[in-house]
Amino acid sequence: MSTKNKTREKGELVLRMRGLRMEGQADGEWHEIVKGIDLDLHRGEVVGLIGESGAGKSTIGLASMGFARPGCRITAGSIEFDGTDLMQQSEDYKRNLRGGRISYVAQSAAASFNPAHKLIDQFGEAAVQHGVLTKAEADRDAKDLYKRLELPNPDTIGYRYPHQVSGGQLQRAMVAMAMACKPDLIIFDEPTTALDVTTQIEVLAAVKDIVTTFNTAAIYITHDLAVVAQVADKIMVLRHGNMIELGETRSMIAKPKEDYTRELLAVRTYKKEEFAEANDDAPILKVSNITASYGKGITVLDDVSMEIHRGHTVAVVGESGSGKSTLARVITGLLPPSQGSIEFEGEILPSALKNRNKDQLRRLQMIYQMPDTALNPRQRVRDVIGRPLSFYLGMQGQEKETRIRELLTLIELDPDHFIDRFPGELSGGQKQRICIARALAAEPELIICDEVTSALDQLVAEEILKLLQRLQNELHVSYMFITHDIATVKAISDEMVVMLQGKIVEQGEKDVVLTPPQHEYTELLLSSVPEMDPDWLDDLLARRAAGEVVSTIASKPNA
Amino acid sequence: MNAILTMIAQRLALGVLTLFIVSLIIFFSVSLMPGDYAEAILGQAALPDTVRAFREQLGLDQPAYVRYFQWLGGVFTGDLGTSFSSERAVTELIGARFGNTMFLAAYAALIAVPLALVLGVLAALYRNSFYDRTVNVVTLTTISSPEFFLAYVLIMFFSVGLWNGSEMIMGGFFPPIANVSDDVGFWERVYRTTLPAVTMTLVIVAHMMRMTRASIINLLASPYIEMANLKGLTKSRIVFKHALPNALAPIINVIAVNMAYLIVGVVLIEVVFVYPGLGGLLVDSVSKRDIPVVQGSCLVFAAVYILLNLTADVLSIISNPRLLHPR
Repeated sequence: MSTKNKTREKGELVLRMRGLRMEGQADGEWHEIVKGIDLDLHRGEVVGLIGESGAGKSTIGLASMGFARPGCRITAGSIEFDGTDLMQQSEDYKRNLRGGRISYVAQSAAASFNPAHKLIDQFGEAAVQHGVLTKAEADRDAKDLYKRLELPNPDTIGYRYPHQVSGGQLQRAMVAMAMACKPDLIIFDEPTTALDVTTQIEVLAAVKDIVTTFNTAAIYITHDLAVVAQVADKIMVLRHGNMIELGETRSMIAKPKEDYTRELLAVRTYKKEEFAEANDDAPILKVSNITASYGKGITVLDDVSMEIHRGHTVAVVGESGSGKSTLARVITGLLPPSQGSIEFEGEILPSALKNRNKDQLRRLQMIYQMPDTALNPRQRVRDVIGRPLSFYLGMQGQEKETRIRELLTLIELDPDHFIDRFPGELSGGQKQRICIARALAAEPELIICDEVTSALDQLVAEEILKLLQRLQNELHVSYMFITHDIATVKAISDEMVVMLQGKIVEQGEKDVVLTPPQHEYTELLLSSVPEMDPDWLDDLLARRAAGEVVSTIASKPNA
Repeated sequence: MNAILTMIAQRLALGVLTLFIVSLIIFFSVSLMPGDYAEAILGQAALPDTVRAFREQLGLDQPAYVRYFQWLGGVFTGDLGTSFSSERAVTELIGARFGNTMFLAAYAALIAVPLALVLGVLAALYRNSFYDRTVNVVTLTTISSPEFFLAYVLIMFFSVGLWNGSEMIMGGFFPPIANVSDDVGFWERVYRTTLPAVTMTLVIVAHMMRMTRASIINLLASPYIEMANLKGLTKSRIVFKHALPNALAPIINVIAVNMAYLIVGVVLIEVVFVYPGLGGLLVDSVSKRDIPVVQGSCLVFAAVYILLNLTADVLSIISNPRLLHPR
């Protein structure tokens, strides 16, 4: 136990990285993905690594454990942990550090816990193997930590399997597991990205509590500046494997030095200029008293009614499992409801997809969350966009070709460059643009956008939102915008609908819904969205403890 | 747990139904076999009256559906009828042979399954290495060669031996013929059936090995394996504790298919080694048009096949913690 008897003085250097260079393999060739990074980390200090996908955040985080993913390699530089250069050490030496003195918290706890073993067995595994704890000691520690992280039933929850607890609980169980050996350094790799905002707060609070209590050094990786501002002492901004800026959290947020940092900071401030006026015209879509369920199971939509007007954007918000996407499935006819009706431009739509005629199908289009899976990888852009043109509008030959080119121009992609590409040759944002063009090709009245920006980097997501807005201004198409992200709602919606457990708890004009007094769930949802203020989390937790704001609501399922 | 018992009961019921359908198919396709037992036995010179009398004695003069229900009724009481040629009870004939077949199958499985798992896991661990390629090439070669050819090659090397003039260089380790009878002791039996068991192993190991390798490689890319690496666990613990339990379902299914092959598909190997198994009995009975024995053996084969697949289904479902431990 020599490692633990060592005094844990704050300020002692734990990690020192110099000139780290790494390469990744793509299409059989090695490309540099980390281009000379220096990083110092002291005990009790948290550094936030921030950047978009491909910036090298996770790669650097893993490198601090002396680990490179398959298809990656460290080519140069030194990684000194506690004075020893890991680059010069054997695999056995590094294995001994991992899970013992350095530990890792992964993005998706659901995928990173082994489904075949109980949580508490996975908790103690590394500690027992490294000879730090006996199994009995590990079990006792696990229960203490589960209690500390406010997991329900801390004495028994460890005896459950990963699929038996919720996402937020699992993520906290993983933070607990990382603490099993009381490590000197923890890597948090996007630990809250896959969680709902209300759950994110619990995990953030747990992370902060652990780091301060045990004086642990930590690397916190995320793409969300507002999140990292809550936990990090200093922030390193990365882009394409280069360091853009490094600074103390408060000063960086107050006065960013680089343009790129400023862009990242500004990302949540986009707002459309003109909001559509409420009007008394007949709504284009009218959903009345819809109740729906999957199989004979639980009701997933309970008496849902809403309207969408021409040229308006209605945001449907709620957490995972609230029924947002099911509502979209009902409207598109994929899931016929057990009760209720859907009116489109004054005419009742048949509830099942197969009973709708081509014109009814054409006027209602969808854009999906994952552009990667929504495009057939074997079809060229020309075929993807051309298909609805010939299917719905009967276009052929030159007419079709001309229209494809028009649509590509409309979504701001150069037809000459893109028309013959396969989806694999496009970036995430470009793919989503193609999906938009495909929806537009049918000349729809209403487009349902299901989390269309959540798989994209923030700057790219903002570009997509701007494009959608421009298209609405030009074409007067209506949007139903399904999202869990309040910033997106604020940016582009005219009206909003808040859903909780299959019911609509509040709906109306956006500004009305967003201003108090509100339904307590709306309040909880809004207050849980991290702000760019480093004191936000502490303030919120204090106010919640004092009972000034809602901290939970009775009908909310366990997080 | 209740859900699992219900599931097993459902599968069993389904298995019985399948067996019933199979019995229909067996019975009526056997009746389609060309030739007639009575004519075959009595020869072409037999008088029509003699043939008719003989047919009556065997009950062959009755319509097929009557015979089917008589036979089916017998099956329920454990009576598969009497052999035409030996006039012994079919159950007795099959019983002895079935025991031999199961013995050989079990012997081969005991060698092949652990061998395939170990080779597969190692091949996954040292993917694309020299070892991996060698194992792949060798197992593919053995699976691609006809099984009787493999049997003769083994006999040549291990029993007949290699000779230089009149001097034996190597060989004589195992007998070339696996003749066992009731009075042969257990270890003697093991010794005599080694060559056929090894031949069968060579035939089935590639299949199971490759499935193990593929399932494990698939799993090694999953986030929880990366997590296990980042927890500093040893390689063997990662493979056996973290990857293998999650790879079981597909592996179990391939094992079941191969077990079924060991029992019902090894006629050729039995013939080469003159081994008194069920396959050999079936072939003999077909050539003698001994219908009750053919029907009986086919039914036993079908039951074994169905039961093995059922076991595989149940095992692979049980190996999934989501079903074993519902929320």
